[in-house]
Amino acid sequence: MMKRVKVSIPKVDGLGLLKGKPAYTDDLIPDNTLIVKFLRSPHAYVKIKSIDISKAQKIPGVECILTHHDVPKNLFTRAGQGYPEPSPHDKRIFDEYARYVGDEIAAVAAIDEETAIKALREIHVEYEILPEVMDFEKSIDNETIIHMEEDSHSKFEIGFNPKRNIAAAYSMEVGNVEEELKKCDYTVEQSYYTHAQAHAMMEPHTAFAYIDFQERLTIVTATQVPFHVRRIISKTLEYPMNKIRVIKPRIGGGFGGKQALHGEFIVALMTLKTGKPCKIFYTRKEVFESTCSRHKMRFDIRLGADKEGNLKAIDMKGLSDTGAYGEHALTVFMVAGSKTLPLYNKINSVKFSGDIVYTNNVSAGAFRGYGAIQGNFALESAIDELAKKMNLDPIKFREKNMIKEGETSAVFKIMGEGREGVEMYVESCKLDFCIKRGKELIKWDEKYPYKKISEDKIRSVGMAIAMQGSGIPYIDMGSAIIKLNEDGFFNLMVGATDIGTGSDTILAQMAAEVLETEVENIVVYSSDTDLTPFDVGAYASSTTYVSGNSVISAAKNMRELIIQAAAEKFEINAKEILFDGKILKSKDEKHCMSLKDFSTQLYYSDKQKQLVANSSYVGHISPPPYMAGFAEIEIDIKTGKIDVIEFVGIVDCGTPINPNLAKIQVEGGILQGIGMAIHEEVKINAKGKMLTNNLMNYKIPARNDIGKLTVEFAESYEPSGPFGAKSVGEIGIDTPPAVIANAVFNATGIRIRDLPITPEKLLLKIKQ
Amino acid sequence: MIINLKINGIEKNIKINPHSYLLDILRDLGYKSVKKGCDTGSCGVCTVLLNGKPIRSCSFLAVRAENCEITTIEGVQKQAEEIAKYITAEGADQCGYCSPSLILTIIGMKNEIKNPTYEETLKYVKGNLCRCTGYEGQHRAIRKYLGVE
Repeated sequence: MMKRVKVSIPKVDGLGLLKGKPAYTDDLIPDNTLIVKFLRSPHAYVKIKSIDISKAQKIPGVECILTHHDVPKNLFTRAGQGYPEPSPHDKRIFDEYARYVGDEIAAVAAIDEETAIKALREIHVEYEILPEVMDFEKSIDNETIIHMEEDSHSKFEIGFNPKRNIAAAYSMEVGNVEEELKKCDYTVEQSYYTHAQAHAMMEPHTAFAYIDFQERLTIVTATQVPFHVRRIISKTLEYPMNKIRVIKPRIGGGFGGKQALHGEFIVALMTLKTGKPCKIFYTRKEVFESTCSRHKMRFDIRLGADKEGNLKAIDMKGLSDTGAYGEHALTVFMVAGSKTLPLYNKINSVKFSGDIVYTNNVSAGAFRGYGAIQGNFALESAIDELAKKMNLDPIKFREKNMIKEGETSAVFKIMGEGREGVEMYVESCKLDFCIKRGKELIKWDEKYPYKKISEDKIRSVGMAIAMQGSGIPYIDMGSAIIKLNEDGFFNLMVGATDIGTGSDTILAQMAAEVLETEVENIVVYSSDTDLTPFDVGAYASSTTYVSGNSVISAAKNMRELIIQAAAEKFEINAKEILFDGKILKSKDEKHCMSLKDFSTQLYYSDKQKQLVANSSYVGHISPPPYMAGFAEIEIDIKTGKIDVIEFVGIVDCGTPINPNLAKIQVEGGILQGIGMAIHEEVKINAKGKMLTNNLMNYKIPARNDIGKLTVEFAESYEPSGPFGAKSVGEIGIDTPPAVIANAVFNATGIRIRDLPITPEKLLLKIKQ
Repeated sequence: MIINLKINGIEKNIKINPHSYLLDILRDLGYKSVKKGCDTGSCGVCTVLLNGKPIRSCSFLAVRAENCEITTIEGVQKQAEEIAKYITAEGADQCGYCSPSLILTIIGMKNEIKNPTYEETLKYVKGNLCRCTGYEGQHRAIRKYLGVE
């Protein structure tokens, strides 16, 4: 019986944060910190002919100005990934070229923000304006080449071909799709477009740096990847890694947006140049215009089935817009296949191919559900289209063709992230239950396909299924150190990066479960490159599964150490020791001592030693969590407006370690997915200027934008997972676009194949 | 210029620029619970109470707060903890960046409306954005706090 996991306890850091304790990056800046501001390109593509900083330098209070003349020329990728990164090294701190509106041209460090802004205005730049490429469908072999520099490169073969504006390319095929499609009785062929959603986490990107008393560079930053920050900063600035410490304090949301380096380079450089603490705090405009977005994609899909309703072939040909730089270009694209195609594993043939291209748009990067949501919208829309063509119930069609427990898919082995995947049999998959339960809760049989409720209003239902992964096998590594203190409590040090997800809490729960102690006795400290062991960071749905397994293993090691030390103390064989988390005793009950007293004696009086256990874990498989998503929507046919009356998500994430926190992860993911589907629209003009660069023009869902939101979990147990758990961080976001597009079709017969489904778009089609 | 601000019951004479916003002044004075989020008065994380009512401090000139009672969550810790416990019990805190402002807005509402209904509460806090939770968990907490569930 599990006592401390599968239990909803409050987050260990919750109360303090809610009461407003200073804990986030910008709450912690030292006195007299210089303020750093970027000068950013007003044009989509320019060559810098000259920069004159002489006037700006004379402004009192300006301490340092840096341009491309003053910084290391090393190329890097801002993507916070393992080493070597599968993203092209195509970015410099400052370059002679700026490749999108908002790209960095220069930076000022000054005594306050006003002085810094004043200095920016006095930097005079002469630009040579180059023709821009905004349309990703016109990028390949365009006359404009976005990366003309000779030294951009990839660390290994990813299809990088900058002369053709291709950042990466991928192709795989099982069987022969052309031949298979010819044999099919029914086929559909359609193109689907997804847009460059913005993360819009509440805390903007921010970082500060200082030189500590030991002359080491300390960077405190709102990051999801502190260890990758240390490595990338060291390599880029050619500054010794042993002189860099990166600390992640509490983070105000990331969703992948903080899986890249943004302000860290410049605060580190400015601190090294001036010797003074320096901070940068991105304006909301900068967060929108100058960090990263979701990759915009197009998928041309062909599906084929026989007349018995067996799906036989899938062909997904994609095009992805990575913007000005290639962060996560290949990996996000591959996930669009690897986290969708195995859903339908009974096919004879499957092909997935395409290019990831450069444009002069804002760079795209990691964003919760990356690739999966784009692929899911395309595939799950197309599945409904095929079912419709065959006059089959879309749910029955899925149930017949989808993956089931104990089965595998050829795609698992072929497609990983940036490289080959691993063979895997699915040991936990309750998709069948998820669909059955979701159908009940949304009252599908009563409501499908639609009901006209008034002259102007139609209500309808739609659904889709999804899968994710749990970390990247053989790449993502997590580790943990556990230290026994006097009085019998423990420190748990993890590299895992809690960005508001609750990972500190669930990891403490796991350690407490193994050590049979209260969660209060596990003091967690995470994500400090000097004080905690390595972890890749918060991404790829890896923390619960990968970091969790490392914590369990470290806690088991700690138990062994305690028993061993007790055996030495009692001078008996370790096998004779009984330990229930509180009391250590010998089987014959001759010796008995509380952990409290024992640990205190270990410190001060008898056979003294510090017990420290550690462990690491790297996944050998990536067990997918699954979800069935259902929505009831109401369409106003006079305005085209869509209201989500209810969204139901039934999730198989194995054991939810903390059911409340898991539920909120899914609920939050669903609403971001609904945002992507109908609310959030990125507008960029022909010259590359973003028009939706603030939270007034870029509409994220507000609390009155959703009716009922219902999330339940399937009873499920993943044998390879910590206490049976799989991941839960990303799965929630995947289904809403396809669910809502399918519901719109069920209501109106109109198929919207490009996101977002705005009232304008829908109304135009209704009027046609 | 020098203005007089009364923050959490304590009067302070503060040197400011005439164009300084209240948010920046409060953060400089060490009231770090007041967060910076959007720069356009859209997200609500900078909420403070001015004479008991919530305002957006990021778009409120500090001079306008002269001789007013400003309350940040540092000044109402006990009341805040009571509401916070309902939110953490649902796991609906997540990153926590927007939470002090949500709690402070609820406290502001209680100042204005006696025995608010759930619907009144939702209407009152609807300008407080959150990107983590999907709101549903916060709403479960609010319902329990109001005793309507």
